Amino acid sequence: MELGALLSCLSDQSCLVTQTTSGLIIGMLFFLVASGLTLIFGVLGIVNFAHGAFYMLGAYIGYSAYQVTQNYAIAVISAGLGAALAGALFECLAVRRVYGQNVLLQLLVCYGVVLIADDLVQIIWGSEYLSMGMPETFRLPPLVIAGGFVPPFYIFIICTSSIIAFLLWFLIERTQYGRIIRATATNPEMVSSLGIPTPLIYLSVVVLGLFLAGIAGGLAAPIRALTPGMGFSVLIVSFVITVIGGMGSVSGAFIAAILIGLTRSYGSIGFPLFVDGLIYLLMAAVLIIKPTGLLGEKKADRP
Amino acid sequence: MKITQQEGKRKSLNEALITIAALLILLALPSLTGSQKIMDFVIFAAAYGVLATALNLLIGYTGLISFGHAMFFASGAYSFGALMQSETTSVPIAIVLTLIITATIAAVIGAICVRLSEIYFAFLTLAFQMFFHSVLLSWVEVTGGDNGLLGGIPTPVFFGINLAQAGTKYAFCVSLAILSIYLLRRIVTSHFGYTLRMIRDNERRAIFLGVNVFLTKLICFTLSAVFASIGGIILALFISGAYPDFAFWTTSGEAIFMVMLGGVNNFLGPLVGAILLTGLNDLVVHYTNHFGLFLGSIILLFALVLKKGILDFLDPVLENLLNKKIKTPNDTSEVENSDA
Repeated sequence: MELGALLSCLSDQSCLVTQTTSGLIIGMLFFLVASGLTLIFGVLGIVNFAHGAFYMLGAYIGYSAYQVTQNYAIAVISAGLGAALAGALFECLAVRRVYGQNVLLQLLVCYGVVLIADDLVQIIWGSEYLSMGMPETFRLPPLVIAGGFVPPFYIFIICTSSIIAFLLWFLIERTQYGRIIRATATNPEMVSSLGIPTPLIYLSVVVLGLFLAGIAGGLAAPIRALTPGMGFSVLIVSFVITVIGGMGSVSGAFIAAILIGLTRSYGSIGFPLFVDGLIYLLMAAVLIIKPTGLLGEKKADRP
Repeated sequence: MKITQQEGKRKSLNEALITIAALLILLALPSLTGSQKIMDFVIFAAAYGVLATALNLLIGYTGLISFGHAMFFASGAYSFGALMQSETTSVPIAIVLTLIITATIAAVIGAICVRLSEIYFAFLTLAFQMFFHSVLLSWVEVTGGDNGLLGGIPTPVFFGINLAQAGTKYAFCVSLAILSIYLLRRIVTSHFGYTLRMIRDNERRAIFLGVNVFLTKLICFTLSAVFASIGGIILALFISGAYPDFAFWTTSGEAIFMVMLGGVNNFLGPLVGAILLTGLNDLVVHYTNHFGLFLGSIILLFALVLKKGILDFLDPVLENLLNKKIKTPNDTSEVENSDA
């Protein structure tokens, strides 16, 4: 424990800027993963334990696309599309068969998919740590804001993910499609009897959620080392975020993600060895006080 | 079906006899085969079998899906290892102290967790487990951090038993495992065990009947944790060490898979699952580097096609076979079948 270091950071403006930006970037990337997770839970009632695997897949596809094209934008988009495509397969071949069944069975299916995905990645890309490297465009000197150094790439990530977050909010709250998925989350039978093909809606939600996970993987690729199994830790933290925010609530996930991001970046100064412990403590505290999470609601009947 | 007192007595006598037979067979194994590999396999399967059977007290009998049971497995292994390494206690006292430590941790965590249900219970236990895992990693002076408890676990002679001898250690571990499984069996066939099933099937009815659901769940959680920690003790004793991986969520995942693989609705299901998964692990690692691909496919096949544990699947089949033997050829049921 180094509380002194934490205190001196809190009273130093440059340290505040650095830690807050790094907290925000962690938080925003986690939000992209967690929003898909919470969306899938909200609409399908499935706890997608394989979500992290698609984040990993996105990162690796982004890496390869960047090697080929040397274009970061193309890399990120192909990461999203690749994960979405794999997600469509995942839904059709596996998840579809366990809708509305025992939670344990759903967990097992996802567990199997995680094991397979990790091994496939290892076969295709090898088990060595891979590093994508910073894209050419962002190899600029860091900006100095109030004495703190902020790499331009960080600002890019924060802006891009904020835009995606806004688009997601717009899609869910303001479009016809959003109304349909919200209705499906509350009453699938009613939606179905109105002539809307619910199986297609479920498929689209899984694809959307895994697209977001893939995008997050692609965005994070330049600043993370790629390794098979990298999805595990991301998955667990995303779960914590989902639970803190309230399972099924996208805006709850947003608040929780920022909270976790800041906890991690400041926690790494005050409790360097205990960062993970801190976020689990946070989760336990929230669950004890409000078992449904910050913005969670009672869940509806599932398919 | 009503079970008379006499029948109940006969049943528990049968169980005791089966337990003793199983113990004797396992104890005789090393001298029959003399293979170290088989002994290793038996101990690993026994340690995880105790963990899975203990976990099923929560999952199968009470309907509480704990995703954090590896925490107690690890607390058993670490407490026992650390106590022995401090060289102030003897083996039996260390075991008793370990059980007390685990029971205390479980009672505190359980009191918080059992208030929640379903997926929230699963996640809260998961969170506590990961918290425990990070404590193991960061409390380096006691736990050895990343490296785990290294340097071996000393086992001074007690009551003339010398656990430094491989054969004695094997016998001790096997007896501990069989005793735990027998005690767990006594628990699930007791009144307490039936109360657990009632809570699983209809919690509201249990409340109306005057059951203190919170307390019952808490006792069940603590008992299950204590037995899980015995699994940890066995493993720590046998490999003479403890590693942070014991408390990692994948260990819980595997334990849950063992429970599912063998069958939730069968007392011996989790044990069968543990034996199968341990065997599968050994085989797959022996023949291929692509462990995940193989195991993952098996899990998928199992979950998507079979959809229930092996013993759960076999149970009706076996029952049918037994019934057919009793039936005479002129049985009326065949007529009914042809009508249908």
